[in-house]
Amino acid sequence: MSILVYLEHADGAVKKTSLEAVSYGKALADKLGAGDVIALGLGSIAEAELAKAGTAGASKVLHVSDERLTAGIIQAHATAVAEVYKSIGASTLVLAKSSLGDAVAARLAVKLDASLVSNVVELPDTSAGYQVKRSIYTGKAFAVTEVTKEHKILAVKKNAVDLKTDGAAAAVEIISVNLSDADFAGKITATDKAEGDILLPEADIVVSGGRGLKGPENWGMIESLAKELGAATGCSKPVSDIGWRPHHEHVGQTGVKVAPTLYVAVGISGAIQHLAGVNSSKCIVVINKDPEAPFFKAADYGIVGDAFEVLPKLTEAVKALK
Amino acid sequence: MKILVCITHVPDTTSKIQFTDNNTKFDKNGVQFIIGPYDDYALARAVELKEQLGGSLTVLNVGEVDTEPTLRKALAIGADDAIRINAHPKDSLFVANQIAQIAKSNGYDLILMGRESIDFNGGMVHGMVGELLGMPSFSPVMKLEVDGDTVKMAREIEGGKEQVEAKLPLIAGCQEPIAEWKIPNMRGIMSARTKPLQVVEPSNDEVATSVSTFQLPPAKGAVKLIDKDNVDELVKLLKNEAKVL
Repeated sequence: MSILVYLEHADGAVKKTSLEAVSYGKALADKLGAGDVIALGLGSIAEAELAKAGTAGASKVLHVSDERLTAGIIQAHATAVAEVYKSIGASTLVLAKSSLGDAVAARLAVKLDASLVSNVVELPDTSAGYQVKRSIYTGKAFAVTEVTKEHKILAVKKNAVDLKTDGAAAAVEIISVNLSDADFAGKITATDKAEGDILLPEADIVVSGGRGLKGPENWGMIESLAKELGAATGCSKPVSDIGWRPHHEHVGQTGVKVAPTLYVAVGISGAIQHLAGVNSSKCIVVINKDPEAPFFKAADYGIVGDAFEVLPKLTEAVKALK
Repeated sequence: MKILVCITHVPDTTSKIQFTDNNTKFDKNGVQFIIGPYDDYALARAVELKEQLGGSLTVLNVGEVDTEPTLRKALAIGADDAIRINAHPKDSLFVANQIAQIAKSNGYDLILMGRESIDFNGGMVHGMVGELLGMPSFSPVMKLEVDGDTVKMAREIEGGKEQVEAKLPLIAGCQEPIAEWKIPNMRGIMSARTKPLQVVEPSNDEVATSVSTFQLPPAKGAVKLIDKDNVDELVKLLKNEAKVL
């Protein structure tokens, strides 16, 4: 029995969260003696990118290079993954928790008659049954979840496991799957990519601004700090609601939930809905001129000060570090 | 146009999360329950579509009798009738099976729900229902327009969005900004009292997971404040203490 890992990619580059899923799969295989870890890429992905799954712990990478799978057509991906899962006799599917991952995994749970656990944060405990710890209530609690089906699908939360990059190179094998027209029931007519190279949900460092920035014309300060840190930029809900920044930068409970290593919040008071989107961050820095801002209670480090005064100094200090 | 909107009955986003009975049950004490925020977006868009296209709008919840006020609120917002599957929502598969069973016998053109619940955050039910019904499913959907039997959607992807076109019937897991939340007015609240709320017994007991215990994360330590005139110190701490730079 082997473990299959579903790889996601962005513009042909395998996502870091998917490589984390491979590392999780490898650690799971080592713990349970579950056999090989086989990664699966769908659509146009360069061989060198797929081979990264080998360094993260996969012993083999399968590639369905069908161009139609390059876009994330949910049903087609579910059909393709199910066929490969069955053909290799896998017992477990591992993937990264994401918008596409959720949608594909849900259909696969029915197709494969599998137990699906999302937001997984640890390896399973198999000392009595098969129990998996997952994050719930938007990071405010955990549920230790008993998995009752023979087949398992585990969607791993970002940053929940260490990414290993010291494995061997893995051979990439091209395979094909049977896809019908019904699998392509949704036609993607256009894709609008956000500007910038760093995807917010994937970013290791995020710099977010709130109403304390006073207007969209001041966002250059956020972008300058983000550039020095190699960070993605985000914003609070009011900022996206009033149109200062696009919706896809809205970090929070009903926006993008992030789990970076470092989250820097500037001029954001810290409404509970915003905190729910960032509380899985490893380290939180808050800059706000209001010492009573609730965000300080959730922060590791804080500066009470005006963003317009502190941000340029901080950007210079980060630059000087290099 | 026959629309089904599936809603969750969840603790208000500001609720303090606590557990009882040796960490095996959610502590409802002092907690206000609401329509799941993502489901609220789905409901608001469904009300707009019904106003635009006519037809019917049914709202469904899998829950015990204490969820009826939440269903009545959905009726006040604009649903025509409600169905409550009389069961504790044991897990995503259980909920998906109940929805699929109702959908099979009612022939909905469009099934909308939130992209995920805000309690268990699984984001699974729309896809499971889609697979159980052999129907296309899309999520997270941030725009949805219906033109005849064609549905034009914008779906969020990491770092942007894609425009998707599909034919009815289909299922969508919704999120903002698909519509503005709607607040029930007095007329809606009054009419909701007399709108039909059907109680149906669950049709399938199958589950794929069960929660053994709940845990809370360790308490957060106090914030370390740095003087605004000494940002170099912050950078040093981030590098040497937190080791995040």
